[in-house]
Amino acid sequence: MKLKYLLPLGIFLLLVLLLGVGLTLDPREVPSPLIGKAAPEFSLPQLHQRDQQLSPKDLLGEVWLLNVWASWCVSCRAEHELVRELAATSTAAIIGLNYKDEVADAQRWLLRYGDPYRLSVSDIKGNTGIDWGVYGVPETFIMDKRGIIRHKQIGPITRESLEEKILPLLAQLEEEQP
Amino acid sequence: MTHRSHYGLALLFSLLLSSFSAVATIEAYHFDDPGQEALYKELIAELRCLVCQNQNLSDSNAELALDLRRQTYEMAKAGKSREEILSYMVQRYGDFVLYRPPLQQSTLLLWSGPFIILVIAITTLVILIRRRKHEPQPLPQEADLKRARQLLQREKR
Repeated sequence: MKLKYLLPLGIFLLLVLLLGVGLTLDPREVPSPLIGKAAPEFSLPQLHQRDQQLSPKDLLGEVWLLNVWASWCVSCRAEHELVRELAATSTAAIIGLNYKDEVADAQRWLLRYGDPYRLSVSDIKGNTGIDWGVYGVPETFIMDKRGIIRHKQIGPITRESLEEKILPLLAQLEEEQP
Repeated sequence: MTHRSHYGLALLFSLLLSSFSAVATIEAYHFDDPGQEALYKELIAELRCLVCQNQNLSDSNAELALDLRRQTYEMAKAGKSREEILSYMVQRYGDFVLYRPPLQQSTLLLWSGPFIILVIAITTLVILIRRRKHEPQPLPQEADLKRARQLLQREKR
């Protein structure tokens, strides 16, 4: 057969290949430009002790996670079981960023589903969320002992992401010198 | 048509129209300086909403778009320049927030792609046209010639 007749078939197969690769990518996962940079500064009131503030500076020298959650967020409930499991098995501090929520709703939510956080801070207006580039809840950031963001989990933590990415990374960061 | 059905039609139309006006609600921001207002409008048309990715900030009703519009408003009103506001957004959300990403290594193919395809298309077209020109014209068949002659003969008579 002439090459001329094979050309459309070739183009078609190439297209199938490209579209196939496209299916395996998730367009909702926008890589964060903050990875490798210092955790953005904030000073927010704690969810339970409203007169106390927390800032990322207070956590220097520790490996810590910032888990963005809200009582109105359905996927947060889906990942909550795994956050609790992480809190029970890991030495890293888990800080909750309670994003655009009502204080009373948030406190009630933690009473109902359990509170795995060392503490949560309230970002009622969502300004800290903007500084951290949050565009969907839940999101989880992992910081090393120098306060550098090393990883961002977009969307709920899954069994797979917990075991394949988060736990190994936390173990590695614990080994690093501050 | 009775009066009653007229009334029904009028009601139907007013319902249709009212649903249109409900969609078009957007928070009204007040500017003292028309330059800042123009900047605000330009930026919210050019920044992408990260939640509903094929909409810009001005089209989107997502909560995040609302917050980012407010942020853009506050920065424009504080007299920040276009570059300052854009770099503020890019630092937090990356180049993806821009509908017009900057020309850099990772976006080279994106920017040059259409021109590469145009060059390929023109080259193919030129090659095809030239090849067609050089192709020898097929000679008329003997039977066709004979028939043509017969027709011409008939004409003469």
